Amino acid sequence: MRKKDCGKHYDVVIVGAGATGAGTARDCAIRGLKVLLVERYDFAAGATGRNHGLLHSGARYAVTDQESATECISENAILRRIASHCVEDTGGLFITLPEDSLEYQKTFIEACNKAGISAREIDPDEARKMEPAVNSKLIGAVTVPDGAIDPFRLTTANVVDAHRYGADILTYHEVIDMVRNGTRIEGVVLRDRRTNKKITVEASLVINAGGIWSQSICNMAGVKVNMFPAKGALLIFGHRLNNIVINRCRKPADADILVPGDTISLIGTTSSRIPFEDVERMEVTPEEVDILLREGIKIAPCLAYTRILRAYAGVRPLIASDDDPSGRSISRGIVCLDHAKRDGLEGFITISGGKLMTYRLMAEQATDMAFNKLGIKDPGCTTSTTPLPGSGNTEADIQERTSKQHIIELSTDQKAALGRHGSLGMEIARQGDDAIVCECEHVSVGEIKYAIKNLHAESLVHLRRRTRLGMGTCQGCLCACRAAAILGEETHDNEGAIEDLKMFINERWKGMTPVAWGKTLVEAQFMSWIYAGIGGLEGNATHDEECVPTRAKMKIETNEV
Amino acid sequence: MDYQIENISPNNLEDCTKCTICTVYCPVSAVNPDYPGPKKAGPDGERYRLKNASFYDKALKFCLNCKRCEVSCPSNVRIGDIIQMARLKYDTRPVSLRDKMLANTDFMGTLATKFSPIVNTTLKMPVTKRLLHMTMGIDRHRIMPRYTSETFDDWMKKIAPSQDVFKNFVAYFHGCFVNYNNPKLGKDFVHIMNAIGYGVKPLGKERCCGVAKIANKLISEARRDAKTNIRSMETAMAKGWNVLATSSTCVFTMREEYPHLLGIDNTAVRNNISLATTFINKLVSDAKVKLVFRDDFKARICYHTPCHMQKLGWKIHSVSLLNMIPRVTLVPLESMCCGMAGTYGFKKENYEFSQAIGQDLFDNIYRAGADIVATDCETCKWQIEANTGMRVENPITIVAEALDWEATRKANGLT
Repeated sequence: MRKKDCGKHYDVVIVGAGATGAGTARDCAIRGLKVLLVERYDFAAGATGRNHGLLHSGARYAVTDQESATECISENAILRRIASHCVEDTGGLFITLPEDSLEYQKTFIEACNKAGISAREIDPDEARKMEPAVNSKLIGAVTVPDGAIDPFRLTTANVVDAHRYGADILTYHEVIDMVRNGTRIEGVVLRDRRTNKKITVEASLVINAGGIWSQSICNMAGVKVNMFPAKGALLIFGHRLNNIVINRCRKPADADILVPGDTISLIGTTSSRIPFEDVERMEVTPEEVDILLREGIKIAPCLAYTRILRAYAGVRPLIASDDDPSGRSISRGIVCLDHAKRDGLEGFITISGGKLMTYRLMAEQATDMAFNKLGIKDPGCTTSTTPLPGSGNTEADIQERTSKQHIIELSTDQKAALGRHGSLGMEIARQGDDAIVCECEHVSVGEIKYAIKNLHAESLVHLRRRTRLGMGTCQGCLCACRAAAILGEETHDNEGAIEDLKMFINERWKGMTPVAWGKTLVEAQFMSWIYAGIGGLEGNATHDEECVPTRAKMKIETNEV
Repeated sequence: MDYQIENISPNNLEDCTKCTICTVYCPVSAVNPDYPGPKKAGPDGERYRLKNASFYDKALKFCLNCKRCEVSCPSNVRIGDIIQMARLKYDTRPVSLRDKMLANTDFMGTLATKFSPIVNTTLKMPVTKRLLHMTMGIDRHRIMPRYTSETFDDWMKKIAPSQDVFKNFVAYFHGCFVNYNNPKLGKDFVHIMNAIGYGVKPLGKERCCGVAKIANKLISEARRDAKTNIRSMETAMAKGWNVLATSSTCVFTMREEYPHLLGIDNTAVRNNISLATTFINKLVSDAKVKLVFRDDFKARICYHTPCHMQKLGWKIHSVSLLNMIPRVTLVPLESMCCGMAGTYGFKKENYEFSQAIGQDLFDNIYRAGADIVATDCETCKWQIEANTGMRVENPITIVAEALDWEATRKANGLT
């Protein structure tokens, strides 16, 4: 995904490849626009990849924000259809503990029903049977259609599909300025973060989907939006503790959702306002770990004695309410700003607010507005019915594979790959490269190569996001070096891969540090023996966490800009 | 910060630091690329199985439950148990007739001993072997153990009165092999115990220890047998008797597998279950009894450590006992799996792997140039006998052969 030179004129340039930006690029491309998606880092590097991975039913918002609740339940149903391989239908429970009020549960059920969320009160005994991990002291329980969603795969699927529909994609390209002509934005100035080269791209419209960084992008355009960064910390536990999402049935507060995500469970979140300057430096504090454990134990007592793999934090991109540039009131809903109307600046849209759950709806609204502004005939949005690549009937694919190749039984690795990539996983199976790289998460050599070739993975961090490499118990201790070897081979740049390995290990350490006691501390020590002791890898990498080595000569099949 | 200090996981699977040493020591991983290896099949696979039972990998059937992974684990993860539990829980295929026959060692033994001359002759015939191979999946290369015409139980009943004259007693868990195939070992054991002043009592109601049933997923049957055994052992214990066995696998199963795989609490009796060689060696080293050996018993012996003996950590006792024999030279032998693993090696689909696993051991035994291979496990004995042509005996039998009976009795104050 690199460009030689510019010269091409785009209908839209979308800034930011989080879920919203990727979704918008896909929607625009499907509707026939000439699209460029630019991203400073990798896909899903910001808030998209730093949350619960919860497929909200909307129940959490029902009491306080009916509009969000309605949006959530409608998107919930859509995502199950169009992104089946990213979604796990776990179901959800809202539990009332002795210290909470059953009155609230009543209000909660009414509000859910009003928003169209099927919320059914069940006997606490039934809840204990359904989910043995739940605090047995609960006095009330309600089932809701919550689920788990993998934000990395979701975003990647959107990018891959946008690309299939002709969108150009540039990662590691940072917007450093806008091309401004009077009261009109006519493009963006990009800096290639690997070469430091400046590139100017012309476009009829620029869509700002920068998440928390929307504020800086707007600044470049000379308009003002106010973001209110709210930090949220989460803990990842070593294995699945619960198979149903467990929420506290009370006014949203700290650490009241326990989500089973893939092979792990995660508790979150905290919420603390931080100054905008701090959004690039997210570190989980001991106090936050304490809050998460103290409150989490109330939902599921087993959190008190389960190994914690790592801690991480993300930033909620909360935005000041629409048309309130002073920015005193915060909007929780979707904010789609036409800066022509708002600030008299043509050719510029900001799509922000909302949540991972509503990324598709946000994309739809932004794309609708784009067509409106471009004055082109809008063929209409189809993303609520068009499945993402990989979504589909995986069961049938498994059957096809097993009968065609006379394999009686798929291995756990093959099942895991099919689970991750849905019907696209067949491609991996066909390669037959079954040697294992990441044992904790069952990632094969074939899957790594597939991700490098087809999912725009250029570094170990990318591979982690695309496959779960290094996300398991050992946090990359044993697989990072193997994956680096493959990366070096595929990119013909071993030195670059070694630098990348350093960066990856440091990044894994960062998440382990806040919870480094017990076996996680032993693991960290073991990691240092292997990489510092045996491998001699010491010190910091020559590039930062969110960049690929400059020497890397990637061979990625992509449309050249 | 209390939350952090107290957050220490007792979940055994989370003690794994993924160091992979278990996979290095796994005899199956070394020969069978289809087997995921203990780390992946155990703690790693378990995380996926906890997510969804459909992630169960049928290749886990290749695990021969040798527990060498557990011996090698620096973090004390019960890897073998995790794998066996997964098999029991998730492998829902019905148990085949062959597996039922192989697993029900006591039922088959009772039947076969009644017609032992016919059964032994028939089992030896090539046509029978081919038939068993084709129809049942019992590999045609395997030599079925010979059945005895008089079970050890019957013999014990005959000599029962002679055991009452002693002051000290032990209860003997003879196991299926001694009872139906090799009563001589049991008799040797009784004679030695008598010579050092111990009367040997039958356990009373004794069932198979259950190792074969566990391996073949007959769990409710194994549990029933285990409960019977525990009850009998409790009775023996109440009388102040230790329970001894001559098979390391029986001892291991009753001490470790009952609580870990069958969920049967054996804490009351566990420490009273011991292996004959361990018990005798401890008596000798505590100077409670004396063994006097003949001068004319001369042999080069190598001791093969059965996997479950390795897990018990009792090799030292069998070896020390053999070392007491003055003119015996012990040739060291690296501890490795013979590949038989009870009923595992009899199965047609496992034969090739079973042989490949044992090959290094067979070569080492050839090189050792010994006269006798000593081992505490009967299925190791079959495997090594069949593949090296060597004489393989339980240390108890060797001790019995080398013992000066008169002198020993005298040394222990018996007349």
